[in-house]
Amino acid sequence: MNNKSYFIYLAIMVISTYLIRAIPFALVKEKIENTFIKSFLSYIPYAVLTAMTIPAIFYAPNSVIAATVGLFVAILLSLKKASLMTVAFVASLTVFVCELFITV
Amino acid sequence: MSKQNFIRGIKSGVPVGLGYLSVSFTFGIMAISLGFKIWQTVLISMLTVTSAGQFSGINTMLVSGQYIEMLISQLTINIRYSFMSISLSQKVSKQFSGIWRWIFGAMITDEIFGIAISEKEITKSFFAGLCIMPYIGWSFGTFLGALLGSVLPERLMSALSIAIYGMFIAIVVPEMEKGISVIIVVLLAALLSTAFKFLPMLKNVPGGISISICAIASSLIGATFFPIKDSD
Repeated sequence: MNNKSYFIYLAIMVISTYLIRAIPFALVKEKIENTFIKSFLSYIPYAVLTAMTIPAIFYAPNSVIAATVGLFVAILLSLKKASLMTVAFVASLTVFVCELFITV
Repeated sequence: MSKQNFIRGIKSGVPVGLGYLSVSFTFGIMAISLGFKIWQTVLISMLTVTSAGQFSGINTMLVSGQYIEMLISQLTINIRYSFMSISLSQKVSKQFSGIWRWIFGAMITDEIFGIAISEKEITKSFFAGLCIMPYIGWSFGTFLGALLGSVLPERLMSALSIAIYGMFIAIVVPEMEKGISVIIVVLLAALLSTAFKFLPMLKNVPGGISISICAIASSLIGATFFPIKDSD
């Protein structure tokens, strides 16, 4: 990869990813009153996070079974209002322990 | 700047930073295997901080002259950040304005968004703190991946890979207890996203784009059938 081509590509990536984030964040200043848009925006975060988690979570660790157990542990802890850090840590630990017993 | 909020932000960013370490480590390994130099690889991570965008980006870079393709794919994969930015803009405190939004706007990622949005009001101090560990994790993980390749124990990498999703679950599940409408939107998003993974044709759609489609479609359905009448 020659440097000139690398930097042109990099510039396109940096500028487009920066502007797509910063422009809406910096320029939307007033509170949105429209009920439909407000509802849409309030659902977006949970929809995005869900779409990123399911089904990707099953294929992130080596074992699908360990991932499934980890998922259930995470849901259970979340229902008990555990903190983000706790859920992340215990889910990882669960996968680690499960995979000690599972040969993939 | 409130020191208390800043520290709280740093702490909230720890699990994200750890999760990023493993994801960006994978990115580092991949970029080196495609022929990028270490500094080129790390620079991409430090300047863009977008997982799906970067993975797709380095593959586009391999062929010379695909500048328009690069622009279009980056915009499509990252369009979800615009929606997140607008959502965040509705919850930030008054002090968090002007130049600060232009600076910290660059750090809006899926995970940072997920944590920030669960705040009642997003202060500048909290958001600044929140960005630190993820940024270090993302940059340093890329460097380690590029440098060390596959030295970390495979089992550890595997276990760490679920950390990010654990956090997402911890954000989404408590919200589902608030009402049937959120449950339906979440189930719809999960169903659509699974369809994009397995169904013929749909499974050829790149990940970043399919996530946007799933999120927009299920939120539109939610907003149509379950408008939120009067939220705070």
